[in-house]
Amino acid sequence: MIEGILIGLKTALSFQNLLMVTTGCFAGTIIGMLPGLGPMTAIALMIPITYGFDPATGLILMAGVYYGAVFGGSTSSILINAPGVPGTVATSFDGYPMAQQGKAGKALAIAAYSSFAGGTIAAIFLLIAAPSLSKVSLSFRSPDYFGLMILGLTAVAAFSSKGNFLKAMMMCVFGLMLASIGQDTLSDIPRFTFNTMNLSDGISFVLVVMATFAMSEALTIIIKGNDPTKAAKQISLTDLGSIKVTKEETKQMAKTIPRSSILGFIVGVLPGAGATIASFLAYGMERNFVSNTEKEKFGKGSVQGLSAPETANNAACSGAFVPLLTLGIPGSGTTAVMLGALLGFGIQPGPRLYETNPEIFWSVIMSMYIGMVVLLILNLPLIPYIARILAVPRTFLIPMILFFSVTGIYLMSFNNFDIFLMIGIAVLATILRLYDFPMPPLILAFVLGGLMEENLRRSLLISDGSWSFLWSRPLTICIMISILLIIIWQIYSGLKSKNK
Amino acid sequence: MKINSVKIISLLFFILSAFYLYTAHQIQVFTFDENAPFNAKTFPIYLGYAGMFFSGLKLVLPDQKPIEVDSKHLEFKKTFLLVLTMIIYGATILKVGFFLSTSLFLVFSYYFLGERRWKYILIFSFPFVAIFMYLLHGLLAVYLRDPLLKYIGIMG
Repeated sequence: MIEGILIGLKTALSFQNLLMVTTGCFAGTIIGMLPGLGPMTAIALMIPITYGFDPATGLILMAGVYYGAVFGGSTSSILINAPGVPGTVATSFDGYPMAQQGKAGKALAIAAYSSFAGGTIAAIFLLIAAPSLSKVSLSFRSPDYFGLMILGLTAVAAFSSKGNFLKAMMMCVFGLMLASIGQDTLSDIPRFTFNTMNLSDGISFVLVVMATFAMSEALTIIIKGNDPTKAAKQISLTDLGSIKVTKEETKQMAKTIPRSSILGFIVGVLPGAGATIASFLAYGMERNFVSNTEKEKFGKGSVQGLSAPETANNAACSGAFVPLLTLGIPGSGTTAVMLGALLGFGIQPGPRLYETNPEIFWSVIMSMYIGMVVLLILNLPLIPYIARILAVPRTFLIPMILFFSVTGIYLMSFNNFDIFLMIGIAVLATILRLYDFPMPPLILAFVLGGLMEENLRRSLLISDGSWSFLWSRPLTICIMISILLIIIWQIYSGLKSKNK
Repeated sequence: MKINSVKIISLLFFILSAFYLYTAHQIQVFTFDENAPFNAKTFPIYLGYAGMFFSGLKLVLPDQKPIEVDSKHLEFKKTFLLVLTMIIYGATILKVGFFLSTSLFLVFSYYFLGERRWKYILIFSFPFVAIFMYLLHGLLAVYLRDPLLKYIGIMG
């Protein structure tokens, strides 16, 4: 392990990679700060750029963007009560009241220190957990992988659907359908290509991500008539107050950070749960831990109320890398985008990644820590300047997003068909968004589609066409029971909310 | 059963799944693969059934949280113009070239979204694209097809 850490450090600390992690954190902060544009959009916009780099550098850039976007989301939550990402909604509960009391600088500092501590502790957990889990996951077989993928899809559908489980499952199936377009990987038989050469290689992953996130988010802002930067015009972005944190406040944070980090990391590892649930759970847990006097302050600018969700959402971001790096199965939409990018580099994450590409495995883990340091020392003092991005009018912002999306696809294929297909999918995704059809399950399913078919193929061939592989091994049975429990829970909560 | 937009989308998805299932059955597999436990059409067939199952359930079951979008408050005109601009941009980018088509796309998009400050419109279009092209093509050596600039002799 020590050797691996040294390899990771060497790769992550190279000049190019340090530059990438810094650029990623910076770009992620700016994009994540804009309400409505989350880490998935930020990473999607970066993918075409990363294809020019080696895999480790590309992934380091994307990891930096991920952390930066989460940090940026906290900034807009605190300053204008408009969370840039769902994972920072809980941050606004106490961060925004603090900013209203003239302590915006302090709130941002508490958020930054908590994020740093949460991310660092979780990176240490990841350092310990990932290699051990990689070894365990070597015993997994095709039926287990197939089951895990269904579990991942069901869990993401359950958690991201906000009570619309069926809608999310429809999006999962739609994502799998899109992934099935093109030549069959084993027999090269064309499927759903309608005799068009343009579809014979299938639909590009970058195209689908750009269309369903960057482009459709921009179109949704326009069609709804939202102005994400409107709230920023009502406050001063240059006078944010002192960023100094008192001894008493540090003591309070010291109590909150360890428990929120552990909770955040565990929730992050679970498929589908992610930063949003982690931050809400941490906020609720912290409220139960504090004294009655402190409890009264929750929602009015409590230090612990701000520190807990910020610690947890960053710890969850690190936790989300565990299933991606060890099993090759992403547990969230954002890590699904990263998996897609890795597959684009020709790298298959999973238990073997630890042995075959140790420099990628370890450098990503190391770069997470470096990313945290960069966020703290670079972004915190620069926040009054970076926050001005919130004042950029949407008349300039939206065309820029559309321009980067179209250019990304143009640079990859030099093909009009792909641009038209992207516009078509973006329009469709915008309509679906209007009616609350979630997009993360679609992306996760699109990325997992090929792997799922491959594992089903192997399982069915081994069992000679019988579906008994689903209950022939204890591990597979456990996974299938978990899937059933999620479905039953969804049906139960649906019936319960209907009776209310 | 109350008909609303979500039900209509579910119905459309049901039809799409049925069509997908039909097309999946039409996939020509190799003769020796016809009776294999798994061939190129197995997975798509299951997907077709799954799509019909979930959309069918959504159609039949009552809505837990009915959503109705008030179309009066939606900005169709701006969105339509923006999509149209993107389509024209996509159609011209290869023939006209990156520089001119992108700059014009940005100018029209800013204008359609309500921007009227021509100084900023012009700064964030032609010079912005030129800098972007220099970074990509000049510094990062990323190929950018531009027949117009090539004809003029600016690009190699």
